[in-house]
Amino acid sequence: MESFFILAQAEATKVSKTPLMVIICYLGLLLGLALFSGKLFRGTSKDYFVASHSIGPFMLLMSVFGTTMTAFALVGSTGKAFQKGVGTYGLMASSSGLIHAACFFLIGIKVWSIAKRHGYVTQIQFFRNRFESSGIGYLLFPCLVLLVIPYLLIGVIGSYRVMGPATAGMFPELFPAAGPLNGSVPPWIIGLVICGVVLAYIFAGGSRAAAWANTFQTLVFMAMGVLAFYLISKALGGVAAASEQIYPGHLVRTPGELEVTTKDGTFQREIGIPPIQFLTYMFIPLSVGMFPHLFQHWLTAKNAKSFRLTVIAHPICIMVVWVPCVLIGLWATGVFNQPPIDAWPKPVVGIMGSADDAGVGKVLSVVVKFLIENPLIAGMVTAGILAAIMSSLDSQFLCLGTIFTNDIVLHNKPKDRFTDKQIVLIARGFVVAIVLLTYTLSLVLKDVQNVFDLAVWSFSGFAALTSLVFTALYWKGATKAGAYACIIAVAASWFYFFAKAGWGGEYTVFSSEHRSDDGIMPVAICFVLGLVAMVVVSLFTKKPSDETIEKFFP
Amino acid sequence: MKTGIIIFVFVALAVLHQDTWNWDNGNLVFGFIPVGLAYHACYSMVAAIFWGWVVKFAWPDRMEKWAEGDD
Repeated sequence: MESFFILAQAEATKVSKTPLMVIICYLGLLLGLALFSGKLFRGTSKDYFVASHSIGPFMLLMSVFGTTMTAFALVGSTGKAFQKGVGTYGLMASSSGLIHAACFFLIGIKVWSIAKRHGYVTQIQFFRNRFESSGIGYLLFPCLVLLVIPYLLIGVIGSYRVMGPATAGMFPELFPAAGPLNGSVPPWIIGLVICGVVLAYIFAGGSRAAAWANTFQTLVFMAMGVLAFYLISKALGGVAAASEQIYPGHLVRTPGELEVTTKDGTFQREIGIPPIQFLTYMFIPLSVGMFPHLFQHWLTAKNAKSFRLTVIAHPICIMVVWVPCVLIGLWATGVFNQPPIDAWPKPVVGIMGSADDAGVGKVLSVVVKFLIENPLIAGMVTAGILAAIMSSLDSQFLCLGTIFTNDIVLHNKPKDRFTDKQIVLIARGFVVAIVLLTYTLSLVLKDVQNVFDLAVWSFSGFAALTSLVFTALYWKGATKAGAYACIIAVAASWFYFFAKAGWGGEYTVFSSEHRSDDGIMPVAICFVLGLVAMVVVSLFTKKPSDETIEKFFP
Repeated sequence: MKTGIIIFVFVALAVLHQDTWNWDNGNLVFGFIPVGLAYHACYSMVAAIFWGWVVKFAWPDRMEKWAEGDD
């Protein structure tokens, strides 16, 4: 604790560039792996979109886990634990262990089987055939794209939040800036490099390259999370000493307030998790049932048995990553409140003591920078965080290219209209366009919101739409009109709550005057509305043909 | 019968996730893990065991064969 304070005091004098060198080496290694996996690319559109259904159990586990864990896993878990306390794990991680695995087992295996049998490569192909409607694809496409884009943005903006503090003070003459991030690598360069690297390996080998890169990156971020935990606990005098100084209000889930004093004044930070939010947050993990990029990963599986390891090991993988990160966030509550925050060096005060919640996304990065003495290790841990971010970005970029090509460009066209090479080229072109759009939007929106609240809105939309895929798979009576009603009900209710939240802030329904988070999570209401709309409308509308029922309910 | 037991255990796990009895408990387990975190870490392991059990006893063999075209 004392050593941490001394280290932080000394920070401004000399900043090592070693962490940046480590990160550059890591990105180079990733590109090398991408070029290798590119050599395995068979050149066909089926290989580009679903790796010719050839991915085995271990790579499927790593790619699915890496894809679901995004920046939220390392950066978000630490930041939320710092902000809200110990309830963060139960709120986001343990429920995901149960619900994600349920989605993989109940939705993933069945979707894989149907897609394998009938040759589908996208979600929209599945829904078009199940509901005997071409139009449903045109309704779903913009919904999926609009929900994936915020998810993409949290990855890219998350990389800014990590790399800014990690490189602060390295280039004061080259990149002068006011405030604590003076001399850090600017966001436009970080985004360009991160997006460029991901684009390079997606370009090289499509979903096969994504699976290889995800496996490598997932192993890296899991290992680095554990390493960071070990080194930070050591710097704080061991796990027991580190935990003893946690702010008491963060050890429980009881809602309360923490008074934080900075040079700008005193403000109250909401801590704890209100019970209704804790209960209704269980709907959020349902989002994996409708993620289009996860759907695509499922389809890369060699056989149904490949899912077994993913279903069983997913909760354990979550635990391995989240428990250390939540503990680091809790330890930070003690570290940054004693001595008073205004006594800390300027960079720490600027990042941790902001009156809004924008600083919480930087907690892990700041702790790593000031607490891990070895710049080599600090660089490796930062590379691990970037690995978590990039392992989701690649799948999302790829899936948008895939659904655009297959569901918009190729839909209703004769089979010989495009050659296989042309199809791959179209997909690559759309991926480039999406990357450019994401990059531009991330630069415009980088300071606007707490990036992780935006992620929850994206997850909420997908989670609410899971009622569509579940009824499509398990209820023969689900009709085309019911599906339209479900999508419209979800989209309308989601949009209403999103607007009420001020376009992306933290929001719960029927919350009290004192807090913004003690009501019902909007996702619970959107999900129920979607399900009710599907059931009620389906009961009174034309049933699917016998041929379709036979095709989807063997 | 098998499906009924699986649904029952799943619902029981969802209820156990709420652990209201730990809400105000700020004790440390093994001297460093807050009770609320230790409970949910164990919960993750129980969830993995539950899904291992489901995979073993309720695997959709028929669906798998149908997908491979062996029906």
